[in-house]
Amino acid sequence: MALIDIKDLHVSVQGKDILKGISLSIEAGEVHAIMGPNGTGKSTLSNIIAGRDGYDIKSGSVTYDGQDLLAMEPDVRARAGVFLAFQYPVEIPGVSTSAFLKSAINTKRRAEGKPEIDAMEFLKLVKAKNKALGIPDDMIKRPLNVGFSGGEKKRAEVLQMTLLEPRFAVLDETDSGLDIDALKVVSDGVNALRGATRAFLVITHYQRLLNYIVPDHVHVMAGGRIVKSGGKDLAHELEAEGYAKYLAAA
Amino acid sequence: MAASTQTAAAVREVEAYKYGFVTDIESDRAPKGLSEDIVRFISAKKNEPAWMLEWRLKAYRTWLTLADDEPAWAKLHYPKIDYQESYYYAAPKQKPKLNSLDEVDPQLLETYKKLGIPLQEQQILSGVAVDAVFDSVSVATTYKKKLQEMGVIFCPISEAVQTHPELVQKYLGSVVPVADNFFATLNSAVFTDGSFVYIPKGLRCPMELSTYFRINEKNTGQFERTLIIADEGSYVSYLEGCTAPQRDENQLHAAVVELIALDDAEIKYSTVQNWYPGDKDGKGGIYNFVTKRGACRGKNSKIMWTQVETGSAITWKYPSCILQGDNSVGEFYSVAITNNHQQADTGTKMIHLGKNTRSKIISKGISAGKSSNTYRGLVRIQGKADGARNYTQCDSLLIGHTCGAHTVPYIENRNPTAQTEHEATTSKISEDQLFYCLQRGMNTEEAVSLIVNGFCKEVLQTLPMEFAVEAQKLVAISLEGSVG
Repeated sequence: MALIDIKDLHVSVQGKDILKGISLSIEAGEVHAIMGPNGTGKSTLSNIIAGRDGYDIKSGSVTYDGQDLLAMEPDVRARAGVFLAFQYPVEIPGVSTSAFLKSAINTKRRAEGKPEIDAMEFLKLVKAKNKALGIPDDMIKRPLNVGFSGGEKKRAEVLQMTLLEPRFAVLDETDSGLDIDALKVVSDGVNALRGATRAFLVITHYQRLLNYIVPDHVHVMAGGRIVKSGGKDLAHELEAEGYAKYLAAA
Repeated sequence: MAASTQTAAAVREVEAYKYGFVTDIESDRAPKGLSEDIVRFISAKKNEPAWMLEWRLKAYRTWLTLADDEPAWAKLHYPKIDYQESYYYAAPKQKPKLNSLDEVDPQLLETYKKLGIPLQEQQILSGVAVDAVFDSVSVATTYKKKLQEMGVIFCPISEAVQTHPELVQKYLGSVVPVADNFFATLNSAVFTDGSFVYIPKGLRCPMELSTYFRINEKNTGQFERTLIIADEGSYVSYLEGCTAPQRDENQLHAAVVELIALDDAEIKYSTVQNWYPGDKDGKGGIYNFVTKRGACRGKNSKIMWTQVETGSAITWKYPSCILQGDNSVGEFYSVAITNNHQQADTGTKMIHLGKNTRSKIISKGISAGKSSNTYRGLVRIQGKADGARNYTQCDSLLIGHTCGAHTVPYIENRNPTAQTEHEATTSKISEDQLFYCLQRGMNTEEAVSLIVNGFCKEVLQTLPMEFAVEAQKLVAISLEGSVG
């Protein structure tokens, strides 16, 4: 059984059709990449998976681990192991990154019937992850995402993913705004999490990221549909040929 | 003969003609309404010296002349109060003793739990008889003795009138004069009790006053009067109120608090106010008309007000500082939360008189439901206050689309060398912020609590540590059900 199974999903926003019949099945252990130009519904798909309001789901289904994902509240999805690394992480003034992380970790722990993490254990854990991601320890003392550079915001997203150990993670253009060194560090973070029980959906414009996070499957999205699927070589093809022929087809 | 019996006898003698009503001095309640007789009755009940009675009567007579001056400028709406319909004296009632927490309203217990109030404190708060071994009264007694040895006077103000009349006479009404305003004048005539604190020269009071006592405080009633004097070079931190929800059968509350800081002295006054706010439809709830003012009388003195206002149907409250001494400092940190039909009109006044006086105002207003939340502040810099500085920051946070936030800052600067700064923001909890938190697994209430506590952090962190933790939880509880 696939970990996540999207069937013929049609979604519109304010009367405008955005997703026009998406089907996508991802097994545990796999990494899928969705590539495509702006405005083709890539971010809509990630928002639908995470459960954001404001979309009209007209037909189709999304099943996660055998459950009807669309019937679950966003926080329930998150506690069940669905994670979205945001394209534009929001600022939360006055809330230190460490307080936020701790709160998120404890929510998950409570859901799993585990005791809350104690302060020492938390610090040790975060310091170890910070080191791997090249995050200076004092970053977590700052309010979440407030005044963070683009690169810092994306690292913070990957840090959260690393700490929460989701079963299914969607990375929405996590590579945008990263220089080559940051891209490597962030990719290492993702690769470290790859494993037989976990699946990833990587959304990106550029093939560059996929040199570091090598996908099992690549899908091209255009005009609200998946217009082509293939292996990792498809990404290289796209890099060479561009999206033009797919846009024409859509 | 015991003092109280003496009083009783004395009063009985004069009662027949002096009082316009026939009542037994032993009765624990004065008749309804307010008159000179009632004022005399209260004074007699407390066995007060003549000067105190005169002071009250002067206040009462002034109050009569203020009948048309009941403040109407605040952004508050409430039916006209009939002052003859209230009771002005009722002896503190004993709460019925319960045998265990099982007999307490489960909803109240749930709130205690959310606030993280220790079990034994819960028992005392709800009037459960406590096992002698754990009785915190004995702890309180120990601390009281310690304070006494250091020369701190900390007692009910009614006691101070008897034991330290020279201090009371010198300072009572010296910051909030008898004729100050309608509600303060009313309080001066009929105040029932409150705290009196005197910190001797050079002493840094080593404990938060009232932390150890707050759970033992007697019901001081609706007209509370507090007077705190910090003598030269001393320091005191005073806590008022309680995060636990408080109910009272009296709807009208009009307290007065006066603070006096002499040379190099510092007073930190923290309040958490969680009076009954009324039900979801705005029925019931306390009317809270408070006058709080501190005088930085000495050079280099400092007064810092911190308030967390979450309760009451109506809050009318402007803790202020008169910065008289050169180099004196006034600070005001406020979190005011209104939900459902609550109305709050609160803020501060910073009056700069001395040279190089500085003031800082940080106000965080949070409105939800159908509530109205107003910041009203005055910064006045007088002609002689060379080099005075003020910094004001007023932030409002709106939750939902049926509430209101208003900011009414007045700045009057009469000195060209003075500097004032005012910053104000109004924002809403954004869908993006909420969704972000939900995506990390928090439920809506946890998310709102996190975001709002972040918004008020600057204020909450000025509270004494243990109070701050409870206050954070209180913030969350006050906003329950406001989103989603």
